[in-house]
Amino acid sequence: MQFNKKHILDIESLDPEEISMILDTAEGMKEISRRPVKKVPTLRGKTIVLFFQEPSTRTKLSFDTAAKRLSADSISISKASSSIVKGETLIDTVRNLEAMNPDIIVLRHSSSGAPHLISKRVKSSVINAGDGIHAHPSQALLDMMSVREKKGKIRDLKISIIGDIAHSRVARSDITGFSKMGANIFVCAPQTMIPMGIENLGCTVSPNIEACLDEADIVMMLRIQKERQGNTLFPTEREYALRFGLDKTRMALAKKDVTIMHPGPMNRGVEISSDVADCSNSMILEQVTNGVALRMALFYLLSGGSRHADSN
Amino acid sequence: MQIRIKGARVLDPGNIDDKKDIIIKDNIIQAIVDPGESEFKAEYQIIDAENMLVVPGLIDVHVHLREPGHEYKETIETGLRAAVKGGFTAVCSMPNTNPVNDNGQTTKFIINRAKELGLSKVYPAGAISRESMGESLAEIYEMKQAGIAAVTDDGKPVENANLMRRALEYCKDLDIPIFVHAEELSLVNGGSMNEGSVATRYGIKGIPNAAESIMVVRDIALAELTGARVHFCHISTKESVEAIREAKKRGVQVTCETAPHYFTLTDEDVKDYNTNFKMNPPLRSRGDKQAIIQGLTDGTIDMIASDHAPHSVIEKDVEFDMAAFGIVGLETSLSLSLKLVQDKILTLEELVNKMSKYPAKLIKLNNDIKPGNRADLTIIDPEMSFKIDPETFESKSRNTPFSGFKVKGGTFLTMVNGRIVYQYE
Repeated sequence: MQFNKKHILDIESLDPEEISMILDTAEGMKEISRRPVKKVPTLRGKTIVLFFQEPSTRTKLSFDTAAKRLSADSISISKASSSIVKGETLIDTVRNLEAMNPDIIVLRHSSSGAPHLISKRVKSSVINAGDGIHAHPSQALLDMMSVREKKGKIRDLKISIIGDIAHSRVARSDITGFSKMGANIFVCAPQTMIPMGIENLGCTVSPNIEACLDEADIVMMLRIQKERQGNTLFPTEREYALRFGLDKTRMALAKKDVTIMHPGPMNRGVEISSDVADCSNSMILEQVTNGVALRMALFYLLSGGSRHADSN
Repeated sequence: MQIRIKGARVLDPGNIDDKKDIIIKDNIIQAIVDPGESEFKAEYQIIDAENMLVVPGLIDVHVHLREPGHEYKETIETGLRAAVKGGFTAVCSMPNTNPVNDNGQTTKFIINRAKELGLSKVYPAGAISRESMGESLAEIYEMKQAGIAAVTDDGKPVENANLMRRALEYCKDLDIPIFVHAEELSLVNGGSMNEGSVATRYGIKGIPNAAESIMVVRDIALAELTGARVHFCHISTKESVEAIREAKKRGVQVTCETAPHYFTLTDEDVKDYNTNFKMNPPLRSRGDKQAIIQGLTDGTIDMIASDHAPHSVIEKDVEFDMAAFGIVGLETSLSLSLKLVQDKILTLEELVNKMSKYPAKLIKLNNDIKPGNRADLTIIDPEMSFKIDPETFESKSRNTPFSGFKVKGGTFLTMVNGRIVYQYE
């Protein structure tokens, strides 16, 4: 099977077969990171631009590591180092990048739809590394990879996502992706953080955290953005933790073998207590490990690779 | 030289609906005669309008001409060329130019420039508040002397309810209508399309219906308090239509307009982050579109105005949330509105009322097709079929969501002061 997508813009535009193919490829890639020499020459001579208009540490590091393990040349530019601060438009900046003939452009941007906009203007492949509050496909794919690895399947699992759904691109992509793969998704948050019509993406809005946690296979906690405190969304972190924080007592409502996930960075003591974050059910760090493999798979597939990656 | 419009159906609701010839001399409608009558008398320039429809000149009460200040988007000239091509013999220009039309000088500049051009007539709307900052009243009397037909801070709301109250009282004496841009900014809160499933899916921050209707309800209350004439611009929601319907029933002096995009499109048409579908208020849900159509049918919505808002690629070829709000409309408004007649939502008479007679009444013009009146006429070809092509626009800007739309019916000829200012070729 050939991977036919030119860009990875969101989960919505991937069908279940393509998602499976990406996850399969990523599983194969994982082994490379365990080798003593963690590098294969697969993408030697390819140029990957990491254009992060918005601050990011782990996603950028993950893409960068993925590029290097496949021997691609990665170049990073940020908002501060680009001409955007000088008033250049996104399209002009990207056209300039394009003139240097990159093969793949990875874009993180604060505006929803920015990767879609540039994908129409460039010859390179575009990977969305997070756009506004819209999508974060590589994160959702690595989440699916992690769940599949842990549970052996995705279909029919009860997956509960708790936190600021309204402002989370991770939540949107996870809901879309997991529901495409047949899971039952529940979301829970104060109503101020539930966007209108979210159920149409394929989830059930649950009235309270207890119902949401009940018999859950996967619990995914989202970061509460501290800067939103005192805004109109919730009164205090303290009250948020009281009402929606995941601690051991609440965790006990879920299945015994529940898996706890978090896209990071965590606010310990707010949405997740330290003992939950560090317990054996938590696979938060494995998500990070899988992230590298998953992004290697994306680079590989967009460069024309087929399912079985192995170094050539 | 006299002009004779021959063989058309002349439709001026409440006045005339018959196959007649119109004879025009020296800017004035000289006579309306039976076809063929008194043909021998004079030398005529004949306009063969067989199978056409002659109506009182169309009036668009909501247009952004952008000059002075934003000439790269539109000039008075390009805007008025677009207007006459769209069949409009008169427009109201919005004051959010640079400088803002909040003074007699700017008003005079706009009117004089329009007179020089001799295309559509311009009845400018002046600002309610100085620089439209919503803080203190602009010099409305002076602007009225200079020729404004209305006041508005369009582009933004008058947030301070007390200032709005005072503006209404002040304008009541001057007998000037206030055009209300109804928007509660704290509810908009950075949104750039209709709040709902589509916005959620695209990750675009939403604007709830209440951001509009809450201000409509407020200003209905202020219209009641003051007895002034309030006209609501670009109504887009079900709740606003309901509030206005109910207010009219109570006898409050309010009128309102909607724009063709609100009865033609919904938020489901916003696709692929295409910024030509971004305007303020935003395209709403199917239920809202239905309510707008209902409002047009039952007369709650008095008129159709395009909210012609030209923007260049600089504002539009960018990220969706960064893009300017607004679309051009002068050259598509008539054709899109004729669809309401084709779909039997409005009768032809009702459409002419909503695009000509009621707007005239709002700004106190008499555009009846009667001997002695100025010859401001629009000749419509109801059978003309075409695809909307932005490349053919007279407007400087191309920001329309209707590119490629198939429509039937359009402007055959536009006459202002007895002069042919546009003719279809």
